[in-house]
Amino acid sequence: MKVSRRRFILSSALVGGGVLIGYSATRPSKHRLANNELAKGGEHYVTSFLKIDPDNQVTIYVPHAEMGQGVHTSLAMMAADEMDADWEKVRIEQAPAIDLFANGDLIKGFAGEAGVPSFLMGLVNVSATKIAEIGNLQITGGSSSVRFTGDTAMRTAGAAARQMLIECAAQRWNVPADECTASLSYVMHSGSEQSLTYGELASDAALLEPTTEPTLKDRSQFNIMGKAISRNDIPAKVDGTAPYGLDYHSDDMLYAAIRMAPVFGTKLVSVDASAALSRRGVKRVVELEDSVAVVANSYWRAKEALKLVKTEFETSENDSISSADIAARFDAELASSNGSKDFEQGDTDDAIAGAADTIEASYRVPYLSHAPMEPMNCTVHFHDGKADLWTSTQDALGIRGRVAKIGGLDENDVTHHFSYVGGGFGRRLPFTWNVIDHATLIAKEFDVPVKTVLSREDDMQQDYYRPAVHSNFKAGFDSYGNIAAWHNRFTGPIQVAGAAFIPYDIKNQSIRVVDGETHVPIAAWRSVDHSQQTFFTESFVDEIAHRTGINPYQFRMNLLLRHPRHRKVLEVAAEAAGYGQNLPEGHALGLAVQESFGSICAEVAEVSIGDDGQPIVHKVTAAIDCGWAVNPDTVEAQVESGIIFGLTAALYGEITIENGRVAQNNFPDYEMVRMADVPEIEVHIVESGEALGGLGEPATPPIAAAVTNGLYILTGKRVRDLPIRKHDFSKPASLAAV
Amino acid sequence: MAKFKVNGVEHELDIEPEMPLLWAIRDELGMTGTKFGCGIASCGACTVHVNSSAVRSCVLPVSAVEGQDITTIEGLAFAANAAGTSGINDNSAPNITAVQQAWIDHQVPQCGYCQSGMIMAVSSFLASNPNPSDADIDAGITNVCRCGSYPRVRKAIHSLAIA
Repeated sequence: MKVSRRRFILSSALVGGGVLIGYSATRPSKHRLANNELAKGGEHYVTSFLKIDPDNQVTIYVPHAEMGQGVHTSLAMMAADEMDADWEKVRIEQAPAIDLFANGDLIKGFAGEAGVPSFLMGLVNVSATKIAEIGNLQITGGSSSVRFTGDTAMRTAGAAARQMLIECAAQRWNVPADECTASLSYVMHSGSEQSLTYGELASDAALLEPTTEPTLKDRSQFNIMGKAISRNDIPAKVDGTAPYGLDYHSDDMLYAAIRMAPVFGTKLVSVDASAALSRRGVKRVVELEDSVAVVANSYWRAKEALKLVKTEFETSENDSISSADIAARFDAELASSNGSKDFEQGDTDDAIAGAADTIEASYRVPYLSHAPMEPMNCTVHFHDGKADLWTSTQDALGIRGRVAKIGGLDENDVTHHFSYVGGGFGRRLPFTWNVIDHATLIAKEFDVPVKTVLSREDDMQQDYYRPAVHSNFKAGFDSYGNIAAWHNRFTGPIQVAGAAFIPYDIKNQSIRVVDGETHVPIAAWRSVDHSQQTFFTESFVDEIAHRTGINPYQFRMNLLLRHPRHRKVLEVAAEAAGYGQNLPEGHALGLAVQESFGSICAEVAEVSIGDDGQPIVHKVTAAIDCGWAVNPDTVEAQVESGIIFGLTAALYGEITIENGRVAQNNFPDYEMVRMADVPEIEVHIVESGEALGGLGEPATPPIAAAVTNGLYILTGKRVRDLPIRKHDFSKPASLAAV
Repeated sequence: MAKFKVNGVEHELDIEPEMPLLWAIRDELGMTGTKFGCGIASCGACTVHVNSSAVRSCVLPVSAVEGQDITTIEGLAFAANAAGTSGINDNSAPNITAVQQAWIDHQVPQCGYCQSGMIMAVSSFLASNPNPSDADIDAGITNVCRCGSYPRVRKAIHSLAIA
């Protein structure tokens, strides 16, 4: 297929031979992150580069963070396949966080001392203007890496490289280019039986004007994409050598433990650090606006000494606020405000008034913490008017800019050093700055590297949370399963558009959002608004189905006639789960489906109630339509991961506010799904052949409703607020009428 | 002075006896394969072997391991080769054990941060129970993996079972 998007193909000779080929594009941002600052630019930059050395090694630079989603491998597969590289000779590296286009760092960073071709400078200037408008972002989020960067930048760069190498060989052999073919890092001419490696052609290819119309492969031509290829980051993750941000170590470094204002938004008033300063290894106590930090020659010494620091934080009007107060405020807001429009069509009030039957229900979910396994951390080393930076991040460029801003440096004087990310889930996106800002201010007082670490307790209490949300529904329907009206009011803010939208064929809809602002900081949390909105909408649809007496699967199918992809994943998941067939005694199946981030995921949960009255999730059968699968094993892994992440939230997840602060501390009171709770998970990939969808997030949204819909069939008890563990299932209600 | 062996190397450290072994390994010795996860022995990211038994090092004071043999993820293959329990039939000394190879074969890790502790826990668990049932695994492996690698951990463990 032809690439028809606006694009820049770049190429440059490398010192010592070889070629660097790159791609950059602007395209509309699909990100709507916690802070609107991100959305206002409306542009998302994607760049990619690949390098061919004279020894025929191909290096592919991936501009996204590897946090377990397998993106380094998937993106490299896309470039390597388009260029017909020999996968065995491909090396994958994360692109460093530098302004590739803004200031000639393309050449400094990738091409050594090689000169900048004049044609390239023109592109540099065009791009620099654009980048100045949006600020520097290198975000890994919104399940976007493969579907945007991969499907545009990586594939295009690879296709351009292939075309240039073929052209180069054709010139050398003085034959038409269309008589040459490329395979496994060789170009061959069938007529003369000549062949050259990419490495042998690379230096000459650098002299060619870059191609402007690279042709991408059709799926039938793929050699690497579509195969379950082992991830390149895994070997280092089984022998302890994979570097994470927290792992940076130098002999002269210092460590900071920090106590932040427990009530969000308050400031430090006074500190008595005398007892801490006399402790072994303690270097200094640093007072910041909202916190105090002890800096010592080991993290443990800093943390122990911090216990001896007496602090007073200012009082605030939020000091007495509890989760119950927030819930009451949300309910009052929902009762008094009609909110602002999310989606409206038809006349819902009229339709409800004229409906044969109506139903109402109120749902709610609590705040949630991200709790990535790698505690939040950031090491900064100020020296010689510059700074080095080590931190696990979903946005290396953004973090670099933030450290520069807080540290008073030019961003090009800040170097972010690569690390793997020990869990992101939204906690390591831009605008969740707390550890970054603190670490920078603390390190600024020293000339050695200072590593600031949030303990598990610190992070749980100083996160930017998935918002607590209340959502009220009304519907008008008839006994044949026609829903005439869908009326939904929920507390905001909306972080990602469309999460509350429903795919079902309902003529009159009114979906509006009311104010849900509190003093608790919020941010994107894996799948952003979809995790809560899918619990609400897929539960309420289930309630209507049960009231009509039509089974919830058929009920949904009837309302999805215009959504064949939704129908297909539901059908595949339901059939594989044995829906409608005999189940073991005391088991039931609940189901849910949601489209998010370009993929559609249906999940069927098989549940029962244990002897202790607690639910057991035996098996989850999922079907996902992500267009097509670049790396099927990674797709399965992400679906497994998304389900388990969502199951933790559904079963256990709850952050509560007491006296204005977070009441939870660590894993015992913010429990995780562990091995004993984990259901068998079966993943079916449905390849519709549509545009690539995301994978990091779409499996998280459906699981809560799938489980609670199953529990309703089993017990007659409708769970309308999470987590599930707050509910008592030991007294069986009458069985639901299904 | 705290004296103990890590991966066969004797260390004598001038540190407080109450310093948890985790921080002695990470900050004093600069060996970062062993991870800090929760600090309260709940998540298992810090799991190491003390005389071949899995322990959570974030709450274990160095005074409790005086003179003991400690194995971290970096030394797991070395220790297994020395004991002849690597599980890999190879005349050369392999760099990884059969457990680590199974982790690659089953593509277990995602973010990977918990996997050092997971592998240390599973290695010790399989040494005492070479053919575990699912219920044994549920009871014996209680480490937290936020990415949800559990189904693959289970498959990898079963693939290692000696019938």
